[in-house]
Amino acid sequence: MAIELKVSEVKMGEAYVGKWGMVIDQDMCTGCQACVAACAMENNLSFVGETDSGYGRSMHWIRIERFWEGSYPEVKMTPNQPMLCQQCGAATCEPVCPAFATVHSQAEQLNLQVYNRCVGTRYCANNCPYQVRSFNWRDYKRPEPLPNQLNPDVTVRRRGVMEKCTFCIQRIHKAQDKAKSEGREVVDGEFTTACAQACPASAITFGRVDNPDSLVSQLARVHGHGVKHLEELGTLPNVTYFKGG
Amino acid sequence: MAGYNKKAETAHVKAEHNQHDEEHFREKHLMLDPLPRGQMNDMVMESMYTTSWKFWVVFAILSVIVAWGLFYSWGRMILEGLGIAGVNRPAYWGIFLVNTVFWIGISHAGTFISAILRVFKAEFRRPFTRAAELMTTFGLVQAGFSIFMHMGRVWVFYWLMPYPNERMLWPNLHSPLTWDLLAITTYLLSSTMYLFLPLIPDLAMARDRSTGWRKNFYKILALGFRGTEGEWSHLRNAMSIFAFAIIPVMFSVHTIVSWDFAAATRPGWNSSIFGPYFVVGALHSGMGAVIMVLAVVRGTMKNMKYFIRPEHFDAIGKLMLIISMTWAYFFFNDYMVQWYGGDKWTHMLLHFHESGPMGWMWFAMLIFNIAIPWAVLWNQKWRSTPWIVFIVGLLINVGMWFERYIIIPISLSINRMPFTWRLYHPGVEIPLGIGTLAFFILLYMAASRLIPLIPVWEVEEGQMAHELKKFGRETVVTVSELE
Repeated sequence: MAIELKVSEVKMGEAYVGKWGMVIDQDMCTGCQACVAACAMENNLSFVGETDSGYGRSMHWIRIERFWEGSYPEVKMTPNQPMLCQQCGAATCEPVCPAFATVHSQAEQLNLQVYNRCVGTRYCANNCPYQVRSFNWRDYKRPEPLPNQLNPDVTVRRRGVMEKCTFCIQRIHKAQDKAKSEGREVVDGEFTTACAQACPASAITFGRVDNPDSLVSQLARVHGHGVKHLEELGTLPNVTYFKGG
Repeated sequence: MAGYNKKAETAHVKAEHNQHDEEHFREKHLMLDPLPRGQMNDMVMESMYTTSWKFWVVFAILSVIVAWGLFYSWGRMILEGLGIAGVNRPAYWGIFLVNTVFWIGISHAGTFISAILRVFKAEFRRPFTRAAELMTTFGLVQAGFSIFMHMGRVWVFYWLMPYPNERMLWPNLHSPLTWDLLAITTYLLSSTMYLFLPLIPDLAMARDRSTGWRKNFYKILALGFRGTEGEWSHLRNAMSIFAFAIIPVMFSVHTIVSWDFAAATRPGWNSSIFGPYFVVGALHSGMGAVIMVLAVVRGTMKNMKYFIRPEHFDAIGKLMLIISMTWAYFFFNDYMVQWYGGDKWTHMLLHFHESGPMGWMWFAMLIFNIAIPWAVLWNQKWRSTPWIVFIVGLLINVGMWFERYIIIPISLSINRMPFTWRLYHPGVEIPLGIGTLAFFILLYMAASRLIPLIPVWEVEEGQMAHELKKFGRETVVTVSELE
């Protein structure tokens, strides 16, 4: 279900406007990992344990990437880089799934992962240039009090299934339902994703990028030097990063 | 046959008498060394019936390996999840896909030898077309095993097939994986039919010469073939249609397999030459496998020294040399164009291939696939010696397996997100891979005692077509057109 965009018509980031988007200010990020923890709580992520995590099987929908420049002793840390699904407008993960398990939502303009349709070929994860997809390598155990913490709005995934950040689509729907029942539109800032809510430095801002008055759009305009990761691949990401400003 | 004429000339210079000449020809060429029909049939039947204790020991060991490597390990993986394998982020694909590509590659040469050489009427193909076609079918079975093992939820594999369902959910035809499955299924079905068609007259031959359960077995499979003129002409028509039609299928299958990689955005994968490069790579490993199988069959089965002769190893050896050169050309081309592209991630990856922790594999690949075949196969004496070409074939197969290993898990270790770079260490993939290899050999061993491994009628046909004629004092080989 590729979206109907012709490359010739799209000037990167201009003609294409997504719906929900995010701005991440790397200068404000302290690397405290609160977003990682909040995301895991909100979205029922499994805890894979030390061994698997050390072998590259950690299941985080958002991760803080740390880099440094130079060689010892002149090592300089570069700003932390929170990396999550960029909710691409032309996502490379979508066309390669043989079972239509990863599809583009026309209503939300997000990349959806249909867990119960996934057969586990892991092609989407290979083809994701951001490497933000997590695979359920095993059925990870949740020791006893932990099941009480599960979020009832989010599916619990089983082994052999791919998963990834959804921009907390359950929160989007909750807010939309509430607004609808009150006969109004969703107000900007009425709700936010778990990672943005948990960020103590307010480095993450979430909202409608197609509304010029929303905080996300304003931030993007004020700074004027936001970058989108690997934009040259033509993936049309919906997350903007600020660094060094 | 120009080759034969030339040999006749040189042989003529050497031999003083025509009698010597003829003996020399007979000894060398199966087609010029005819035996009575009945005797040849009996020889093939005898080779099927003869099993030594060694055969059963190997058979039992392989059965145990299959039970442990394939069924127990796979069952454990289905129950526990892919966590017991070595795949991780970023190497989401590991040895499972390496083995899939490898086995499809093995299966290529069977059809190549059989169909292309049949279409071009290459006479040396006659005694070993069946042996090669069997390899195709059994290799594809292993490829199927490997690709299903690779799936996270194999119990819903049928979602990849277009079948009518209530929700109108179809497989995604944009995905190369969907085409993979369709191509492999098409290839498996068509190559099985292509294996079966030339088998019918031999099954009928076996039916007329066996008793007991074997008689019933061959009776069912021979479909009542009696060898009338009409049956032969139908069979010939069907075979020539299949021989022509299966060649594009063969090319398409491995091209589609290459699209799994070429159509992705990964550095090192996104290369437009992958289609032909993979086809040639498949032929490279497949020819190596054919020559290994022939060397083993000749060495271990009864009466096979008559049918499979040094001239056949010589002919396949020449083909191997040419394919090795073609592979080297494509390898260089692929490397060159990727390097010239100037993408920094691709540069990093190419550097990682040669000088990373698995750099030894890259060099081993080049030595096994290029250096050794070129060094050995140019010599007619060496390439006619079964044990030498067996080793060369084995090394080529190891080298081609390394090539796929470099393309899949090693290339996946490096990507555009340096934070996720990580090496891949195989886990349960190893018993599973050994299991598929053992299962392949096991199937082949069973088949060698159940169906005639030599297409007797084709050999007889060839022997009828070939004749030694004397023009004055010169002995000349003539081939008449039978079909």
